[in-house]
Order: sequence, then C-alpha cells, then structure tokens
Amino acid sequence: MAARRLDPNQPAAFAFTPENLAWAKTTISNYPEGKQASAVIPLLWRAQEQHQNWLPEPAIRLVADMLGMAYIRVYEIATFYTMFQLSPVGKKAHVQVCHTTPCMLRGSDALKEVCERVIHHDPHHLSADGDFSWEPVECLGSCANAPMVQIFSDTYEDLTPESFEKLLEAFKRGTPPKPGPQTGRQASCPAGGPTTLKDFAKA
Amino acid sequence: MLDDKDRIFTNVYGFQDWKLAGARKRGTWDNTKALIDKGHDWIINEIKASGLRGRGGAGFPTGLKWSFMPKADVRPSYLVVNADESEPGSCKDREIMRHEPHLFLEGCLVASYAMRAHVCYIYVRGEFIREREHLQAAIDEAYAAKLIGKDNVHGWDFECYVHHGAGAYICGEETALLESLEGKKGQPRLKPPFPANSGLYGAPTTVNNVESIAVAPTILRRGATWFSAIGKPNNTGTKLFQISGHVEKPCVVEDAMGVPLRELIERHAGGVRGGWDNLLAVIPGGSSMPLLPSDQCQDLTMDFDSLVKLKSGLGTAAIIVMDKSTDIVKAIARIAHFYKHESCGQCTPCREGTGWMWRVLERMAVGAADKREIDLLFDVSKQIEGHTICALGDAAAWPVQGLLRNFRSEIEARIDRYRAPVPREAAE
Ligand SMILES: Cc1cc2nc3c(=O)[nH]c(=O)nc-3n(C[C@H](O)[C@H](O)[C@H](O)COP(=O)(O)O)c2cc1C
Ligand code: SF4
Ligand code: FES
Repeated sequence: MAARRLDPNQPAAFAFTPENLAWAKTTISNYPEGKQASAVIPLLWRAQEQHQNWLPEPAIRLVADMLGMAYIRVYEIATFYTMFQLSPVGKKAHVQVCHTTPCMLRGSDALKEVCERVIHHDPHHLSADGDFSWEPVECLGSCANAPMVQIFSDTYEDLTPESFEKLLEAFKRGTPPKPGPQTGRQASCPAGGPTTLKDFAKA
Repeated sequence: MLDDKDRIFTNVYGFQDWKLAGARKRGTWDNTKALIDKGHDWIINEIKASGLRGRGGAGFPTGLKWSFMPKADVRPSYLVVNADESEPGSCKDREIMRHEPHLFLEGCLVASYAMRAHVCYIYVRGEFIREREHLQAAIDEAYAAKLIGKDNVHGWDFECYVHHGAGAYICGEETALLESLEGKKGQPRLKPPFPANSGLYGAPTTVNNVESIAVAPTILRRGATWFSAIGKPNNTGTKLFQISGHVEKPCVVEDAMGVPLRELIERHAGGVRGGWDNLLAVIPGGSSMPLLPSDQCQDLTMDFDSLVKLKSGLGTAAIIVMDKSTDIVKAIARIAHFYKHESCGQCTPCREGTGWMWRVLERMAVGAADKREIDLLFDVSKQIEGHTICALGDAAAWPVQGLLRNFRSEIEARIDRYRAPVPREAAE
C-alpha cells in the first residue's frame, strides 16, 4: 500500500465524447438494476483513455454522478487501483517496467536504468519534452517473456537494454514496432520452435 | 511425455486462427448441445470423477465446488471467472484468453449450465487489454452465431460479460474480486459466508480460474476416465506449466500433472542456464510458494501432493528457476516487496508485517543485519501466517520462511562479511 493523491493541477471540466457516452450506457446495462456501481472501473478507465491517459478529478465526479455513487467512494477507487494515473503521463509513451522477481532474474534492473537515463531519473515524472514517463510495476503476467514492459495497451517482451532503447526511439519517432516478443519468437513458445504440437505450428 | 493427442490447448501459442472459424476446426463448439442435454448433475459428476482440481492456486476439487451451488434458490446464480492472473511467475491464462478464447467461452457456458447460472462475469486484470479484446471479440462472435445469449442453440439462456480491474493483485483473491466487481475497493471479505451461499450481489456464486473452466468442455467430451488416467492419483489431468527465470528457453507448455521438474525444464525450456548442475533453487508454484534448493529438485515431480510433502506447493504451476548467479536474498526480498505493495491494508499483521519483512530482507541482502534478526524474522512471518482475513498474509510469509529454512547459512555469511574489519589497504 502506498498513499496516492490527486494532482493539484486539474482541468476545469470533463465530459465523455458522444461515442464514449454511448459505450458507457451499454456498459452500465451489463449489470443488474440497482448495481450500476459495478461499472465504476470500466468507466473511469474509459475516462482516463480519453484524457491523454491520466484521470482528472472532474472525471471522477462525473462518473460518480453517472452511477449514483458518493464522490468519496469513487475517489477511493481511483486511489486504490494503481493503473489509474492521477497526474499527467508521457504523451508518446508511459512505460510500465515490470520489476518483480521473474523479470528481475532476466535483467529488468537494466531496463529501469535505461528509463532513468533516457526519460527521467525518477518514476512518475515527465521527460523534458513531456513525451515520456515511466514507472516500475509489479508482475504483468508475462513472466515467460521476461523482461518486459507495457506501454498503454501493448506489451513488449524478451527485451534487452539495447532493444528496449531502440523501442523507446521508435516511440519517439511515432512508429512503434509490432508488440509482443522483440526477438521474433512466437508468444510464449520456446525460442527456436515448439517442443510440442509441431503439426499445429505449421497450419 | 504427454502425447499431442492428449493436449487440450492445441493453439496455446497462437500459431492458428483464434477466432470462431479456427476454433471450430479444432473441435470447439462441436455439438456442445449433446453435453448440455446430459443434464446439470451429469456434468458435475463427470467433473468430479475426472479429479480436476482448481488451477487458480489452491487446488480445490472443481466438481465438488460446483456441487455446493444451490439447486433451487429464488436468487440468481452466478459464475465468476477469475482472470486476474497476477501471481508472479504465472502467465498461462493470458495465453488461453489470447489464443483459445472460444474454448474458454464454451467452458463458461457448460460450467454455468451445470451450476444453473444464466449469467457469467469474467474478471480480467486491468493490464490484460488485448486479452480482453480477444475475449470480447469471441463473445460477440458467439452471440452472433447464437451459441450464447437468449434463445441460443443450446437451449440454456446465457449472458457472458467481460469485466476488468485496474491494477491490484489482491483482486485475484476471490472475495476481493467480488468486492471489486461490485464497484468497491478490492478488500477481501471474511469467510464464511462462502460465495456459494453469498457471493456476487449476495447471491450464490462460484469463482473459478480460467484454466479450470477452459478444460471442462474437453473433459466432458473425452470423458472423466480419459482425464483421470493422465497424471497421478489425486493429481490428474494435464496442466499448463510456466517456466521463467534462468532457463535457456522460457516458455508456457502443457504437460501431464506429475511430470518430473527436470524433464519439464530440459525438454521444453532448453535446460537450466549453464547446465542442470548450475541450478541453485526453484520456486515451483508462483511467488507465494516456498523455494526448493537444488538438492530437493533432483527427482521432484510437479503435482499438488508431491510439493506439499516438501512444504511447498504447486500453486499455479509457475516455475521460477534460479541459477547459481542469483542473489537469492535479493530475489526473495523482491517478492517481499511485491506483497508489501499489494497488501490491501485491512489487517494489521499483513499491512505492517509485509513492509517490516521487506525492510529486514533488504538489509540482510547486503549483510547489514544482526544474526538475532534471522529468528525474529521467522517469528514475525509466523505471526502473519494464519492471522489475517485472506491468504495474502500466508503468501507473504511462506517465501520468507522458505528462504530462512534453506539459505540461513548464506544470510549468516553475508552478515559476517559485512562485519569483518576492512583490511587497511582497502580502506585507504
Ligand atoms: C492473494 C490471492 C491472490 C489470488 N490470485 C488469483 C488469481 O490471480 N487468479 C486465480 O485464478 N486465483 C487467484 N487466487 C485464488 C482464488 O482466491 C480462488 O481460489 C480461485 O480463483 C478459485 O479457482 P479454482 O478453484 O478454479 O482454482 C488468489 C488467492 C489469493 C489469496
Ligand atoms: S491479509 Fe493482507 S491483503 Fe488479505 S485482507 Fe488482510 S490486509 Fe488485505
Ligand atoms: S515478473 Fe515481469 S511479467 Fe511477471
């Protein structure tokens, strides 16, 4: 547990785009009558995606109003769940570097050093041009492809400090590579080809 | 070794089409109605007879769990699938959702039918965004093909929704997951009441892991006797193993329960980096399971009962391999940091104890500790274990205990080295 607080600098207002509003209504209807609060994480997440990947305070209040929840309950959600970014993040990439033991064993500390050097010495700070930010995160569920990072919706796996730095340069140019393993292997198949189901690999 | 013909997840690496057309070619959704027509009780009994034990970590018999659901209740029943996959080392449900979403979805239907549930929520960890998209695409295809939904071809009305979290390991604990799904902070509930009596929205609920659900249709098609003939008694069937850390070729692979650890590592993962003799220790079941030093790994078989005998556990079958270059104290200190970070903060022993254990371990990693603190650390871990609302407290205590049981002399040596007087030349 760590204390997480809202950013002191907040926009005056937040409104969902018409498409996102329609999406929100459908999402709310996935839950039984009277249980609309269930939609709180999906709605906050959509707000964050719409707002340059960080969650502003007016969005928290808007979602509370939409779901008939007390503001404090929704603040609690926004501060409890660590994927909600409470301050601005890099416009081109916010890099989540996994640093739990399976990734550590395969060199995630070196990836963090690249972030410190190339983006900002400290996590949760914007790079000088505002395009990048980074944070160390706990296991991202891709340990057989360690070390790895997640940037917005995608994972980049089987990294080395060199391939990781190239990845960041590609994001800077605005031409991110294909997500997944950066070594050319297929998903979590053993490098060099499968040891099982070889007939299925060709199909 | 398990024969290819006995593998359930034939598209685990995604070499083939994961969409409906591809899934049908692999036999998914093939006359599912015939399974449904055999009735609720037949399905539950068949799963019981197969010996399937939950794949989410605890290994509770799946058929038995399903049988706890009420047969007639005024409240609706729910199936909630745990796709939170956050236990360090675990990365199998991800492959199922990415590459076998229809097989999984078919499992959601038959399991829900068996438990008389018309609604299923799949709770996916927030970071798994592409996984969620694949699942949703599969669900949309299944609705369009009338495989699920109202008045579907199977004759059992069934709605299935993808829900997601936003970064909190604790939401993998089943009651925290339900709290989160209800729109609250993911803080575990006291049990009892158990979810089968009072789960989602206070209604009867079963929470199962993705893999437990995804293997169900194949078990029902091929029969309980087929599944139970694989593996060992009380540890039956096939299992997705995840091999990470210091191996030549980390991977996810399906093999038989009870497969020898060494065979798994050498046949599928290219062997330990630097050879088998370079092995220091293995964490056999995800970060919460106590490590086993290499001498205990020689003839180790990978199943629930064998690992419990060694005071560890199969957990999610996530094998973290550490070779002799590993700073073992640091490796466990990182795991301790993980639990400190993920404690939900409700119980004092867990909230305070996880941080305390982490700080002591960080000092021990460099030797800046007192030897008395080794026993003190063990004692504190025992005060956390079993004294909290949920098993995260245990999960935090066990890896520390495993380290102290097996690498005590390593910690003592570091303390000695740290205390040794610095030679004059070096100091100058
Ligand atoms: C702290 C904690 C985290 C857990 N995380 C997960 C998880 O990510 N996925 C999962 O399936 N089970 C997880 N579990 C186990 C669940 O509580 C539950 O036992 C499981 O989902 C039941 O499914 P099964 O019977 O199919 O194994 C976790 C348990 C604890 C105590
Ligand atoms: S044991 Fe830890 S994670 Fe579980 S309920 Fe208590 S404080 Fe929360
Ligand atoms: S530890 Fe990095 S993905 Fe699991």
